Amino acid sequence: MPAELANTETEQLEAYRAGVRAAATRAPDAGRGAGAGRRGVKLNTGYVLVAPYLVHLLIFFGYPLLFSLVLLFHRWDVVTPMEFVGLKNFVRLFQDDLFFRAILNTGLFLAIHIPLQILVALFFAELLNMRLKGRGLFRTIYFLPVVVSGVVVTILFQQLFSFDTGYINNVLTALGGERVPWLVSPVWAMPSIALMATWKNVGLYVILFLAGLQNIPEAMYEVADLEGANLWEKWWLVTLPMLNPMVVTVVVLSTIGGFSLFIEPYVLTGGGPLNSTLSGLLYIYNQAFSFNHMGYAATLGLFFALVIFVVVLLQRRFVETDFY
Amino acid sequence: MKKTVAYSALVLGLVVFAYPFVWMVMASLKPELEIGDLALLPSRWTVENYTLVFESIPLGRAFLNSVLVVAAVTASVLVFGSMAGYALAKLRWRGREAVFNLILFTMMVPFLVMLIPLYTLIVRFGWTDSLLGLIIPFMMSATAVLILRQSFLAIPQDILDAARIDGCGEGRILFTIVWPLSIPALVTAGIITFVGNWNEVLWPLVVIRQEAWMTMPQMVTLFAVGGGANARLGPQLAAALLLALPVVVAYLFFQRHFISSLASTGLKG
Repeated sequence: MPAELANTETEQLEAYRAGVRAAATRAPDAGRGAGAGRRGVKLNTGYVLVAPYLVHLLIFFGYPLLFSLVLLFHRWDVVTPMEFVGLKNFVRLFQDDLFFRAILNTGLFLAIHIPLQILVALFFAELLNMRLKGRGLFRTIYFLPVVVSGVVVTILFQQLFSFDTGYINNVLTALGGERVPWLVSPVWAMPSIALMATWKNVGLYVILFLAGLQNIPEAMYEVADLEGANLWEKWWLVTLPMLNPMVVTVVVLSTIGGFSLFIEPYVLTGGGPLNSTLSGLLYIYNQAFSFNHMGYAATLGLFFALVIFVVVLLQRRFVETDFY
Repeated sequence: MKKTVAYSALVLGLVVFAYPFVWMVMASLKPELEIGDLALLPSRWTVENYTLVFESIPLGRAFLNSVLVVAAVTASVLVFGSMAGYALAKLRWRGREAVFNLILFTMMVPFLVMLIPLYTLIVRFGWTDSLLGLIIPFMMSATAVLILRQSFLAIPQDILDAARIDGCGEGRILFTIVWPLSIPALVTAGIITFVGNWNEVLWPLVVIRQEAWMTMPQMVTLFAVGGGANARLGPQLAAALLLALPVVVAYLFFQRHFISSLASTGLKG
């Protein structure tokens, strides 16, 4: 490394002379930093600066990616040598009811989480956009659950959702209502997790929508006023179309988030009751680290990534619209 | 009138998002039997939940592990990320666009594809049950490179050329001229790395089995899942609060930066 530095320094000296010459002769072009003498230096330094990143990328991205392709065709428990099994992992995947159950569970999660998230986020973003006093405080608090670890939120809701002693059920019974089987009923468990995830993440989307709202030119509303649009028409014909790119972002981000659901079912339910909260990632984790089915788990992972990719592609196709 | 309605809705939101945390703090200071009670304040203030946490798990050690991991990862991400970002933004070299596209491609592959093969690689290197296994795979971040590159692009070339003419090497240019001009981007990349890493729990669960090397979120998770608290809720809530504390304190001091940073990438903690 010191040799490298010294080398660069002598070259710098040459570059200096070349630079002076270049500056003297081709002043208008100096902004681009051209000059034949300096190009050699930059070529070198560029590679040196990016080299650590590339080496790391090769080892910790390139190799695992290739190795995941190898794993697809092998059975491996990490301890004993790998065994080639051809397409058995794929055959097994397509007969794996539990895995498809996990994908369906994720579907249910998203079906509740995404619309709820968009509605709540839009509601609070509109309120914050009214520029009332104290909106900084509201923004700070709404965003707080986003910053806090999912582990914290999950442990908190484990208590809030508890059937017999949970705070929410105690409030409900005090108000004369019935206890809700938040996490103990297979019907309620996934919606409860979706509700919790919305509570945790919605602050982020409030901020995104707020930024979107602030980017809508005031003139568009003025034109709408001139044409006699009422409040609802203004919202439906100006606000919503203008927010479309943000809606797409929110849908895509919550989808990717939904597909990486792990810690919530891991802590709250362990995937139960009756596998109703088993998420794809939790199932892959169990296959790999409880049963040591590395080859099969890698196959599941790749297939799951493919599902995410297709879902996001479809969403963009159906949600993204070019209004203006 | 309109204002009153808006304020009531905003305050309702405030209660919905803040009250659970307030309740959590209070519950952690209550005797176990009162945790389900409707009353917010305990009849008797107690720190027994906290003493129980520290008696049953080495949370201080886990805190230290987490701090070491997060500090090492964040520093490395910023230094190496700046080097790569600078080379991509301000230097001309053959293959630059190809390298940039490659880095963008790595962002599109979900981590769950990498989970298994990366784990087997860590096993081969012998880095399981070691902080190395938590630090080294995450020393580089494509997101950070992207953020820093975009910021570096806006720095006028004239400044860099002037420094070169004065005999400044590229390394010195980067760290003494470009860095001071790119504080916002460094803060953004730093916050994203810090929050994401502090809250990461899946990877430590995979790589670390010995208590001595566990990170704080991992230990708190296992404490809650494994019944280490004898199914007592108070200590679990207390441990969770201790886990939240560093991020919340940092957030309250730099909340504007946190919000704009996390919103700019859509990344969640």
